[in-house]
Amino acid sequence: MTEPRMIEISPVTRVEGHGKVTIHLNAENEVDEARLHIVEFRGFERFIRGRLMWEVPVIVQRLCGICPVSHHLAAAKAMDMIAGVDQLTPTGEKMRRLMHYGQVMQSHVLHFFHLAAPDLLFGFGAPAEKRNIFEVLKEQPELGKRAVLMRKYGQEIIEATAGKKVHGTGAIPGGINRNLPLERRDHFLSNVDEMIEWCQDAVKLARDYTLENEDLVSEFGSFPSNYMSIVRESDGALDLYHGTLRALSSTGDTIFDQVPYTRYHELIVEDVRSWSYMKFPFIKELGPDVGWYRVGPLARMNTASFIDTPLADAAHKELKAVTSGTPNNSTLANHWARMIEVLHCVEKIRELLHDPDLQGTDLIAKGDRREEGIGVIEAPRGNLIHHYKVDEHDQVTYCNLIVSTTHNNEGMNRAVKDVAVKHLSGKEQITEGLLNHVEVAVRAYDPCLSCATHALGQMPLQVELFDADGGLVDCRSQCI
Amino acid sequence: MILIGYGNPGRGDDGLGPAFSQRLAGRALSELEIDTDYQLVAEHALTISGHEVVVFADAEIEGENPFSFQEIAAGAPEVLGSHSLKPQTVLALCETLYGAKPRAYVLGISGHEFGEVKEGLSEKALKNLDDAEAFFLDWLSERTCTNGVVPDRVDS
Repeated sequence: MTEPRMIEISPVTRVEGHGKVTIHLNAENEVDEARLHIVEFRGFERFIRGRLMWEVPVIVQRLCGICPVSHHLAAAKAMDMIAGVDQLTPTGEKMRRLMHYGQVMQSHVLHFFHLAAPDLLFGFGAPAEKRNIFEVLKEQPELGKRAVLMRKYGQEIIEATAGKKVHGTGAIPGGINRNLPLERRDHFLSNVDEMIEWCQDAVKLARDYTLENEDLVSEFGSFPSNYMSIVRESDGALDLYHGTLRALSSTGDTIFDQVPYTRYHELIVEDVRSWSYMKFPFIKELGPDVGWYRVGPLARMNTASFIDTPLADAAHKELKAVTSGTPNNSTLANHWARMIEVLHCVEKIRELLHDPDLQGTDLIAKGDRREEGIGVIEAPRGNLIHHYKVDEHDQVTYCNLIVSTTHNNEGMNRAVKDVAVKHLSGKEQITEGLLNHVEVAVRAYDPCLSCATHALGQMPLQVELFDADGGLVDCRSQCI
Repeated sequence: MILIGYGNPGRGDDGLGPAFSQRLAGRALSELEIDTDYQLVAEHALTISGHEVVVFADAEIEGENPFSFQEIAAGAPEVLGSHSLKPQTVLALCETLYGAKPRAYVLGISGHEFGEVKEGLSEKALKNLDDAEAFFLDWLSERTCTNGVVPDRVDS
C-alpha cells in the first residue's frame, strides 16, 4: 500500500508548444484522474484588436511557427467576407489552394517522419535514447532524406504562393497578390510525380503499421466520439480549403450537415473548466456531456463522403473498410489518415500545376463592405475558425479564434485518461517508457499548443512525482 | 557562409534572431547567405549541408552579457522535438543525412521580454542587437583577414 501520488509530465515532448500531463494515482496505484493541461495563449485575440483589417492575414501568422499559413488563410477568408467578396477569382482561389496544400503536406510530413516515427518504429516503451529520429535514420536513412525533400517541396510551394517563407503576404482580402510564374510551375512539375510516389510509400508505411498492429491500434486511446469538419458543399467530398460544416456521431449518424460555416456559433459552444486555460467546445444541441467531438485527419476521413483525387480516394476506401464504413475511433489511425491527406495534397498540387488559371492576372475580387467576417479552413490538425468584427475605420474590434487543438481538447483528455488507465494502473514503478505511452496518445493528435518562446535556455521535460501532501517524491528531466 | 536567424517576432524579444538576420540581409554582404525562420526544422540540415560555415542567431533568455558567441559541435539530444530543434541537432542531422560537417557557431543575443504576444524588441534587447551586430561585422572582417581563423568563443 502506498500513499496517493501525482505524476506530472511537463512539457509534453515532440508536440508543438507546451503542455503538461498530470496523472493522479490513488493508494492502490490505480489511475484516479489524468488530464492534459494546455498553456494556451489567449492573448492573441486581444493583441489583434485595433489592427487594420489588411494587416490581419499577415499578423496572425505569428500565432504558430509550424502552421502560419493555416492562420494566414483562415484570416484572409474572414477578411474576404468583410471586403464583401463571396467568390474569389479562379486565380485567387487556386493560388490559395496551392498554398494550403503545400502547407498541409509539409506539416503532416514533419509530424509523421520526425515526431511519430520513433514511437511507431521502435515501440512506445523503447528506451528514450532509442526513441528519436537519429535512430530512425540509422535504420532507414533514405526515409529521412525523403522526408526532408518532401518538407522542402511543400515549403517551396508556400514561398512561391505567399511570397516568402516567413510572414508571407500572398492572401489579401478579396484575393491574392501574385500568380505562379511558368518557371516556378515547371520547377514544381519536374518533381511532382516523384513526390506522389513517395507519398504512396508513406501511406503504405502508415497503413501497414495500423493493420499489423491492429490489436494495439484498436485499443490504444480508442473511444467513440463525434467528428466534425468542413466538406465540399456540393457532394461531401474532402475539401481542406472550403466547404460547409458536417458533424457525424461515432456510429456515422448525421448530427448536422451542409451548414454554412458562418453559422458555427449557432452549433458550437465553448465550455470552460477551472483546471485548463483552454476551452472545451461541444455541439450545442447535444450538450457538454455527449456533444464533444474530434477534428483532424481521422475526423476528416470519417466525415468525407469520398476524396476527389484517385490515389487518395482508394486509400480512403481502404481505411474506411477497416471499420466497415462506420467512423474509425482509433486515435492511432490518425497517422494513416494523415498520410492519405499528404497524398491527396500532392495529387491536388499536380492537378493545379496543370491549370492555366495559376498564371491568370485577375487576382482580386471586390464587393460591398461588411462589418463582420468568418473564415474557416481545415488546417493540418483540424478545423480552424477565425472570426472578426471591424469598425468604420477598418480596425478590428473583435476577434475569436477556435484552433484545431481547442476542438480536440476533450478528445485528447479522454485519450490521456484511456491510456493512463490501461497502461499505468496498478504499476508499482512508473517508468519513462510507460509515461511515453501517454505522450504517444497526445502526439497522435499533433497538437499545437500555441508556440511559446523557444529561445536558448528552453525548459527541459520534467516529470514530477508528488505525494498526497504535495511533497516532491521523484523528479525526472531531460533536455528537449 | 550562411547565417540563420530564427525566432518569433510576435513574441517580443524572441524576435531577436530574425531581427539580426534581417539587419545583415540589409547589408547585402556578398560572402554571406541569409535565412530567416520561425524555428529550426529538419530541412535546415539540407540548407547548411552546402556551406562551410554556419552561424545560428537566436535570442538568449536573460543572458549575462549582451550576447554570446561560441563554436558548437553536432550533438543529438535524447529527445527530438520539432518545436525546439537545437542548432546542435541540425548539425547532427546534416552529418547523418548528408555527411557534411560545416563549422558552426551560435550567436545568442540576450533578450528580456518573452512572455507577451507583442511586436517589437525591448530597449535592452535593441541595445544588445546593436552590440551583436557590431561584433559580428568585426568577426566577419577579421575572419576574412585571417583566412577563417576565428575565436572559438566570445562573451561580450
